[in-house]
Amino acid sequence: MTLMITLLAAVVASIVWYSKAPNSTFSIGSLALMYWAATLMWCVDGIACLVEGEAFIEIADTAAMLDDAVLGLVVVIVGLAVWAVINIARDPKRIFSKALTK
Amino acid sequence: MACFLVSGGEAIVVTAVRAAVKKSEQKKGIVDEKGKQITDPAEHGICWTRKLGWLMNMLWGGVLLLAIEHIWHGEVVLWPPFLTAASVPGEMATVLHEMATVGVAMAVLVTVTWLVVTFVADAVVKRSAKTEAAKEAEL
Repeated sequence: MTLMITLLAAVVASIVWYSKAPNSTFSIGSLALMYWAATLMWCVDGIACLVEGEAFIEIADTAAMLDDAVLGLVVVIVGLAVWAVINIARDPKRIFSKALTK
Repeated sequence: MACFLVSGGEAIVVTAVRAAVKKSEQKKGIVDEKGKQITDPAEHGICWTRKLGWLMNMLWGGVLLLAIEHIWHGEVVLWPPFLTAASVPGEMATVLHEMATVGVAMAVLVTVTWLVVTFVADAVVKRSAKTEAAKEAEL
């Protein structure tokens, strides 16, 4: 479920990036790349699980699936938080610098 | 267990390489001090500072999100020795094996995907330049 939620976040971020392109003021492309890379890495992890005889995505155990879903949401929120911190630090519209120097 | 550390190592190397490439491209007048391309990508291709920036974002982003997953599962802790397996005798061999197999595969897959993206991006930029040139010739 973590993989599926991150994949969904990557698709949504990519659609937003595409609809805003070529304007990239808030670096949505970076957020999309972050989610895509994590999705790829978890795909490898899933394949490794398959090789070891486990499931690619845990769906048999409801408790484990729910735990994975919550983890997926946490991962998406952390990704958004990192992206927000980067944008606050970069201040692409110079809002903070203008407000502080006023 | 610690598979993301391989990509973390690659991210450190790529960050250092990008800084060196940015310096070099800045001297050649390809990018400005912020790393933004000042030459025409349609004519000269997309600069390597930008391309390596994509790989850097992928690697650091992936490493961060996978680290969250490892912390969630209790495989990584925020105090020494950081890896839970390091305090269990004989577990470090399993960790190293996972890094050599799953970790390397993750880093390779991300890098290969990035390579494909850079080739496609360059092809798209060149094709759009040719289309614009053809339109101008028709006019």
